[in-house]
Amino acid sequence: MKIITFEKIKDAVCEMCGKAACDLPQDVLEAIKNAGEKETSALGKDFFEQYLKNSDIARTERLPLCQDTGFAVFFIRAGVETAIDRGTVSEAVNAGVREGYKKFFLRKSIVADPLFDRKNTFDNTPAIIHLEQVPGDQLHIILAPKGGGSENMSALKMLKPAEGRAGVVDFVVNAVVNAGGNPCPPTIVGVGIGGTMEYAAYMAKKALLRPVGKNSDDPRYAELEAEILEKINASGVGPQGLGGDTTALAVNIEFHPCHLASLPVAVNLNCHAARHAEVIL
Amino acid sequence: MKKILHTPFTQADIMDLHAGDTVLLSGIVYTGRDAAHKRLCALLDKNEALPVDLNGQAIYFVGPCPAPPGRPIGSAGPTTSGRMDAYSPRIIAECGLRAMIGKGNRADSVKDAMQQYGCVYFAATGGAGALIANSIVKAEVIAFDDLGPEAIYKLELDSLPLVVAIDAHGKSLY
Repeated sequence: MKIITFEKIKDAVCEMCGKAACDLPQDVLEAIKNAGEKETSALGKDFFEQYLKNSDIARTERLPLCQDTGFAVFFIRAGVETAIDRGTVSEAVNAGVREGYKKFFLRKSIVADPLFDRKNTFDNTPAIIHLEQVPGDQLHIILAPKGGGSENMSALKMLKPAEGRAGVVDFVVNAVVNAGGNPCPPTIVGVGIGGTMEYAAYMAKKALLRPVGKNSDDPRYAELEAEILEKINASGVGPQGLGGDTTALAVNIEFHPCHLASLPVAVNLNCHAARHAEVIL
Repeated sequence: MKKILHTPFTQADIMDLHAGDTVLLSGIVYTGRDAAHKRLCALLDKNEALPVDLNGQAIYFVGPCPAPPGRPIGSAGPTTSGRMDAYSPRIIAECGLRAMIGKGNRADSVKDAMQQYGCVYFAATGGAGALIANSIVKAEVIAFDDLGPEAIYKLELDSLPLVVAIDAHGKSLY
C-alpha cells in the first residue's frame, strides 16, 4: 500500500488551480491557430488574434485566461494500492482548491445555496469530484475548471431509439447553434451517448478532456463526430456568435451501453479557453 | 478603421454607431451582473437613490478576478448578457443608460428599449479576460461589496476593443 499524504494532494491541487487558469493546453492553442488561419470573416479573424494574444498574456503575466475561473471539476483515478494518511481525498482536494483560488487570485464563483440566498462561499469550494477506483498505486488527478457561460448552454434529451443517428445529429447541432455567442465560440463540443440520464451528462463532460483533433477510436463514432462538426461550422454562428466559419473546434463523443428502451444524448460545451491540468502522484 | 470613443455618451454619440462598427472605448464604465441588477431594480421599486448615477453611462457585464499585487484588477472578460435581459429595459428607461458591454444576443424587450431610448450594445471578446485586463487602468468597488465578484466596480478603461453588436437603430449582428 502506498501512502499519499493529505498535504501532498492539497499542495498538488493548489498548484494545478493556478496552472489550469493561466496556461492554455498546447492542443487547444494549435487548434485556435489553425482555425484562425482558415477563418474568412474579418471580425472572426480579429477575434482569433485576440485569443492568441490573450493566451500569451495569461501565460507570461500569470493572469487567468478568463475571469470565470470556474467550478473546479475533478476527475480522479485512485489506484487500489494507494491510501491517504488522514481525512479523505475529497477533503484534501477541497483544501487545495481553497488555497489555490486564493493564492493565484482566481475568482470565487460558487454560491452556497442555488435557489434562496445564493451567498458566495468565497473560497470556490465545494469542488465537484468524480472519483474512480482503478488498479495500481497511483493517484491520477485531472482538474477541468468549468465556466458558467458555456455550462449554461448544456442540453440533455432522452431520444427514442427509433430517432437513431439522425436524431442525435439534429439534437447536438441544434444545441450548439441555439447557444449562439453565449458559450464563447468556437467551442469544444462534448457529447455523451448512452448510459443513463446522469451518466450521459457525465460522459459529455468527460469527452471535453480528450485532446482537440483526436477523434473517437471507434470509426463509426469518429465519422459521426466529423459530420456533426461540419454541420455546426456550416451554421455560420462563428467566433463570439458574430458570424464566421468557426463555431466549434472539435466534437468529442463518448458512448456507453444503454437500456433497450433508451437513447440518452447529452451535450456539454467548453469555450475556446478550454482549460485543464493534470498530475500523477 | 476602429472608432475612438469616450464615456459618458450623448444620444447623438449613440445614434452615430452602427452594428458591425469596431470601437476602442476609454473612460469610466460601471460593472454589474444579475445580482447587482436585481438590487438596482429593488431600489427603483422603493424609489430610493441608486449607489451610482447611470445617466449617459455604460454598464459592463463582468465579474472580474481579484487584483494580483501591483495591478488594478485581475482577468476581466464579459459574462453572458442574456442573464441581464430581465433588468436591462428598466435600467435603460429609468436611469438613462446609454451603453451595455457583454457577450451573446439580447432579448427583443432589450432591443426595443435600446431603440426607444437610444442605447447601444457592445460585444467584448468572451474568454479574453487577460487581454481585456490590460485595457483597464483603474478599478474600485463602489457598491454591494458583499456580492464579491458581483459587486459594482467603477472601472477606468483605456482603449478597450469592442464591436457594436446591436445598435440603437434595431440592427443586430446576431
